[in-house]
Amino acid sequence: MSQLLTIAAAETESPLIPPIPELVIGLIAFVIVFGFLAKKLLPNINKVLEQRREAIEGGIEKAEAAQTEAQSVLEQYKAQLAEARHEAARLRQEAQEQGATLIAEMRAEGQRQREEIIAAGHAQIEVDRRTAAQALRQDVGHLATDLAGKLVGESLEDHARQSRVIDRFLADLEEKAEAAR
Amino acid sequence: MSADPTQVLAFETDCHIFDGCGFPAPGLHSFLFEPLLGDGDSNLYFNKTMLLALLGSIIVVGFFWAAFRKPKVVPGKLQMVAESGYDFIRRGVVYETIGKKEGEKYVPLVVSLFFFVWMMNLWSIVPIAQFPVTAIISYPAVLALIVYVLWVSLTFKRHGFVGAFKNFTGYDKTLGPVLPLAMFIEFFSNLLVRPFTHAVRLFANMFAGHTLLLLFTIASWYLLNGIGIAYAGVSFIMVIVMTAFELFIQALQAYVFVLLTCTFIQGALAEHH
Repeated sequence: MSQLLTIAAAETESPLIPPIPELVIGLIAFVIVFGFLAKKLLPNINKVLEQRREAIEGGIEKAEAAQTEAQSVLEQYKAQLAEARHEAARLRQEAQEQGATLIAEMRAEGQRQREEIIAAGHAQIEVDRRTAAQALRQDVGHLATDLAGKLVGESLEDHARQSRVIDRFLADLEEKAEAAR
Repeated sequence: MSADPTQVLAFETDCHIFDGCGFPAPGLHSFLFEPLLGDGDSNLYFNKTMLLALLGSIIVVGFFWAAFRKPKVVPGKLQMVAESGYDFIRRGVVYETIGKKEGEKYVPLVVSLFFFVWMMNLWSIVPIAQFPVTAIISYPAVLALIVYVLWVSLTFKRHGFVGAFKNFTGYDKTLGPVLPLAMFIEFFSNLLVRPFTHAVRLFANMFAGHTLLLLFTIASWYLLNGIGIAYAGVSFIMVIVMTAFELFIQALQAYVFVLLTCTFIQGALAEHH
């Protein structure tokens, strides 16, 4: 019962009536926090946040500069590449032209050589023919002499055979004349 | 131990169900503390809540001191955590309500308020301390008073005497004959009720939260006898659930407190329509 009374006594003060000492201590406690944060710590971090922002922006600027440089280098390379292609095309053209003239020259040379060979062949044939004709004529002389000897030496009884020999001789002579011609 | 019930912890009563002793329910006496120093009858004393308030402010300052004393452009872990908290209040509360240009000036105040209130609330679930400092009306009251003085003086500075009066009373000609009544209600609600609700909202939430925690904690002990043990288990689970819930409420109430602060400042700065 006495416990209840003490509780009742304690409850005479409403919890909504602020005790003064707690008010003062609360104010002091808050002022400590506010003082440190507002005067020192938050300005500190704000400075660093600003620095960070600048660093990031600086980084972006750097990246942009690098990009423009890369772009210009790329264009330069492209121009150089185009030039090189052009040059290569020109060289190829030249080479083709040179090749064509070379082929034409070689063809002409070949033609000339062929004709020479043919001409040489013809000349050789002519010489051979002459030599053959010469040899033949000598042979015919010998043969004629042989035949005359034979004719004189042989009996005249076989008239038919005799006439045949003569015929042959004459044909030979004709051939010889033709060959000599 | 003294016979004073305000100084007897529930665990020291050795009072259990079925022992023929009543439930030592928490009440207003749970929020009264005998002075550690000085005399309770005079106004010169030092008690547990004052100790916690001062310790709490040292913890908040210590945390930010460690994080922001030598801040680096590339932050360490602690700086990163502190920065995200700072940024949350700055961007998420101040810039959102007052705007970046006007709000920048009030960022230190609002950041200090948030972390101070949060720390005071957090004491509720810190072992041994286990008392939300803001459950004593003086602490929310002094913070609400600072905010009140700030926004009222800002209103006068921004709008002049007549403008401030119009601002407080929500003067609007289109209301016609209802205008005097509306002005009266607005004046009453803005200048008299607003600081009161601002402080009491925080106070009452913490007060109720602490009472709930006390209730289930005491019940867990009180029921620990015979068949009551089963109920004690349920009660203890509630202690854990309520502790988690309080953790959430503590942050939420700190957030609500600074959000309202910003809304009041914004109202003081806003052009009258």
